[in-house]
Amino acid sequence: MNNDLLFDFNLDKAAKTVYITREFNAPQALVWDAFTKAELLDQWSAPAPIRAKTKYMDFKVGGRRFYAMISPDGSEGWAVQEYTSITPKTNFKMYNTFANKDGDRELPGSEWDHHFSEQNGITKVSIAIFNESLARLEKMIEMGFKEGITVNLNQLEGLLK
Amino acid sequence: MKIKPDIFQAIADPTRRAILTLIAIQALTPNAMAEKFDMTRQAVSKHIKVLQECDLIKPQPLGREIHYHFNAQKMQEFDHWLAQFRKNWETQFNQLDQLLSTIKEQKK
Repeated sequence: MNNDLLFDFNLDKAAKTVYITREFNAPQALVWDAFTKAELLDQWSAPAPIRAKTKYMDFKVGGRRFYAMISPDGSEGWAVQEYTSITPKTNFKMYNTFANKDGDRELPGSEWDHHFSEQNGITKVSIAIFNESLARLEKMIEMGFKEGITVNLNQLEGLLK
Repeated sequence: MKIKPDIFQAIADPTRRAILTLIAIQALTPNAMAEKFDMTRQAVSKHIKVLQECDLIKPQPLGREIHYHFNAQKMQEFDHWLAQFRKNWETQFNQLDQLLSTIKEQKK
């Protein structure tokens, strides 16, 4: 793996926006697919040991992706992404909300903006996530946070054995 | 229903950020804050209320006056959440690196 790939993560508190930039050693068309096709998204878009499972996805403006984040214990957290703007291969925007298992959305959500560009075979993805409140951001992290703790405790157990 | 102000809302305001910066160095009374920022006592009280409601500052009575302290622990909690969020993204992106390289191999 190329360790020179850029990873940048910033929170602008006043703008209530998290900015994430990452480079990938792959052509833009492929990285675009990894962000916009359900079968690829499900393979990377949840931090292990959590996994993502898309129930349905209709990638067009006004279309939605309904998916779950599934913990190792089997508990599911559902969410809905609604695509608000798409410029193929270069940009898409979506509105992300938590939902129940029937797909009913819990407003408010967060606004996501993705930009893709390629230079010398390296694709750069810039993501801006706007949250109205910190509570919303915390909720977004909550599941991964609990998992992080569990994993760390398991590692500790292993060490103590 | 009364909604508790959120840290985001609290620190989105430039005056409140300035107050926090100042009292992080030294605890201050509302009067001292009003003087430093050239604000009315009422305006200061409003900002103090918001900052106190989300635990960013803490009052400490000193004689007849109340000094407000910066609650660094609350800020650390916040940073802790953020660090976790960053870690999640790192994990996901490493997974994506693997996936991309697998797909590139298959295409060869």
